[in-house]
Amino acid sequence: MEEQATVIAPHANTNKFDKVCEILARHDNRPEKLIPILQEVQAEYRYLPEQVLALIATGLGIPPASVYGVATFYAHFTLEPQGKHIVRLCDGTACHVKNSIPILEAIRERLGLSEEKKTTDDMLITVETVSCLGACGLAPVMLINDDVHGQMTPESAVELIEQILKSEKEQN
Amino acid sequence: METVERINLENVARDFQKALDVMDRRITICAGTGCVANGALKVHKALVEQLGQAGLDVKVELDVHDDAAKHDGQENVYISKSGCQGFCQMGPLVTIEPGGILYCKVKAEDVAEIIDTTLRKGETIERLLYQKPRTGERCRGRDDIPFYQRQSRTVLRECGLIDPSNINEYIAHGGYAAAERAFAQLTPEQVCNEVLESGLRGRGGGGFPTGRKWELTRVQPGPKKYVICNGDEGDPGAFMDRSVMEGNPHSVIEGMMIAARAIGADEGYIYVRMEYPLAVERMRFAIGQAEERGLLGEKLFGTQMNFKLHVMEGAGAFVCGEETALIASVEGQRGMPMPKPPFPAESGLWGKPTVINNVETLGSIPLILRPGGVAKYRAVGTEKSPGTKTFALTGHVANTGLIEVPFGTTLREIVYNIGGGVTDDFGNLMDEDFKAVQIGGPSGGCLTPEQLDLPLDFDSLRGVGAMVGSGGLVVMNSRTCMVSVARFFMQFTQNESCGKCVLCREGTKQMLALLDDIIECRADETTLELLDKLARAVQKGSLCGLGKTAPNPVLSTLKNFRQEVEAHVFDKRCPAGRCKALLMPEIDPKLCKGCTACKRKCPVGAITGEVKQVHVIDPEKCIKCGACAEACKFNAVVGV
Repeated sequence: MEEQATVIAPHANTNKFDKVCEILARHDNRPEKLIPILQEVQAEYRYLPEQVLALIATGLGIPPASVYGVATFYAHFTLEPQGKHIVRLCDGTACHVKNSIPILEAIRERLGLSEEKKTTDDMLITVETVSCLGACGLAPVMLINDDVHGQMTPESAVELIEQILKSEKEQN
Repeated sequence: METVERINLENVARDFQKALDVMDRRITICAGTGCVANGALKVHKALVEQLGQAGLDVKVELDVHDDAAKHDGQENVYISKSGCQGFCQMGPLVTIEPGGILYCKVKAEDVAEIIDTTLRKGETIERLLYQKPRTGERCRGRDDIPFYQRQSRTVLRECGLIDPSNINEYIAHGGYAAAERAFAQLTPEQVCNEVLESGLRGRGGGGFPTGRKWELTRVQPGPKKYVICNGDEGDPGAFMDRSVMEGNPHSVIEGMMIAARAIGADEGYIYVRMEYPLAVERMRFAIGQAEERGLLGEKLFGTQMNFKLHVMEGAGAFVCGEETALIASVEGQRGMPMPKPPFPAESGLWGKPTVINNVETLGSIPLILRPGGVAKYRAVGTEKSPGTKTFALTGHVANTGLIEVPFGTTLREIVYNIGGGVTDDFGNLMDEDFKAVQIGGPSGGCLTPEQLDLPLDFDSLRGVGAMVGSGGLVVMNSRTCMVSVARFFMQFTQNESCGKCVLCREGTKQMLALLDDIIECRADETTLELLDKLARAVQKGSLCGLGKTAPNPVLSTLKNFRQEVEAHVFDKRCPAGRCKALLMPEIDPKLCKGCTACKRKCPVGAITGEVKQVHVIDPEKCIKCGACAEACKFNAVVGV
């Protein structure tokens, strides 16, 4: 399998592809396990690189188009590299009627992002919306990586973003 | 797999009770998603640490064989985490037994005071008790709080009471007894009959009788069948399934086991959406526990029957809530619906007969299958919709959270008594401000003030063009623009349309464009006609529930809020003052004091006027940003 990875991506770091092979092996290279496989690969790389999709298709013995079809169908999968921190603003009904959109606008403005441009140039933060996090009692809700923050306002949301930026700056 | 000795449920229940009796106190901390977001885990940690330092004997897990710790002069305290208690807004919630004291919005800093005042001196801390917003009166425990008083929690009863990670406690509450009865005492036919007699209807939205679904699958030939639990709760604004999976995972497992017994399945999948990581974790953990105790696996309850359960995480597609799409997703494909028939009962997962039930439906099953359960279940609710329904009550209402009421409860009871009344955008009570309740999410519709006394059940709601759906209830006040709400849902369904049916794929896009025209001041009389026509075409020309019901929010808005829609189209005015393009800020000359605050704030210099003279806005220059209205202390700027 290692050899195969080298053929597909001669310049890529082969260690990284070892991980994909490991994941495929864990699922016995079974094509019906495609979704869990993609989830685990994305957890590893934070996105689904195209070469990896091709490798998965070969590993599972299915056409690359099927893998691509599944990878683009589900909202959770992304073919674009994600930022180090992922900010997900809930735009479910409860959050929406409690004015989640001004919060989104405030964050995007602070980071220079837009509907099309979701990740900052320094690959630090990705901002997306999600349809519902199921924490409607705390609307409007924002998820930073895995932490849920409730009852947000544009000001408190930007404050949380500032904290990320500050701690990142201190680390460097 | 090794064969585990058959579990004796009665002994486990007795041992657990014995271990619990040794405890002098039990402190329960709600660890649902909402309370965790508000810092419940920090409170838990602080309690465990500080009680330990205070020299008390603290237990965080209750071992049934551990009754040796009987009083040695020290006080025994059992600190457990529970699933969602439903009152998310007031979290983190801490309950102290005996006494039933419920503390709200507890912070880690409050822990020292709780230990000192409540645990040592036996006094309650007034400021942490729930306060009724109208009277300011404090409520000592759950039973005094109107939010809980008026509910009938049955499916949710154990949620928030028991420790979801402790299988023994579930068993002590009668858990797995129904499964044992179904496997050891009843035939599959009898199980189906009992469920049919209970009148249980699928809680996923459609309301199909569960017993009939099972019976249809039971009679299918073949040795291989599947049970699937649909935990892909995609409706924005609904979180009851999340709460059941997080708070009482064993009830879902038991429900699935009984379903497996009824239809003759030996394998099952729980499909949970990826947005619910805690639910996935708790379900996996619970399955592990049940396997360890021999409740899941091989030779269940001394019979020759086996049942293997898997958890599968979704990958973010609303359409996968549709059963055929969900099956495709479990098979590792794109989640696209298939035409029915064949129904999953005949040909489902991998082409085998399959039963798919919603989480809440499965959570109700153990209650029905306990001895005498059918009669008890039928005793509440209405004739055609027996039992209770959980709703996620959110939006502009004083008490948001998860509630459970009998079918037939009125909207008024829910909004005003359980929900505590309608609020403005800042959370202040505004009783007269009730405008609408959106029910059933993107497939549902709006209920108006005239429908406040409508008893809610599957059929009454269908009669008024709405549906129970998964049970999201979003209360909206008069500052909510109904056209924007309809647009919001249309955007959602347009995003989530899988693209298979042309009318759903293109129709939702066009409907969204028409709604945008209305909101952005481009609509004329033909817009409404076209919208109505298109909505009916999409209903007819779509294969699955997503497309068939996607036009509902639009049709319901056109019907119930016609005036508001027409104001947008013909008067170019948004009565709620939300649609930016339609705003027409004006200064009321009677209220204007000539303080110049608005003039100084206007970014484009559209306001003119001298000190102590009435100011005027130039509509040509105005960019409708609303800065003047924010600056005015006398509310003289109207139309924003």
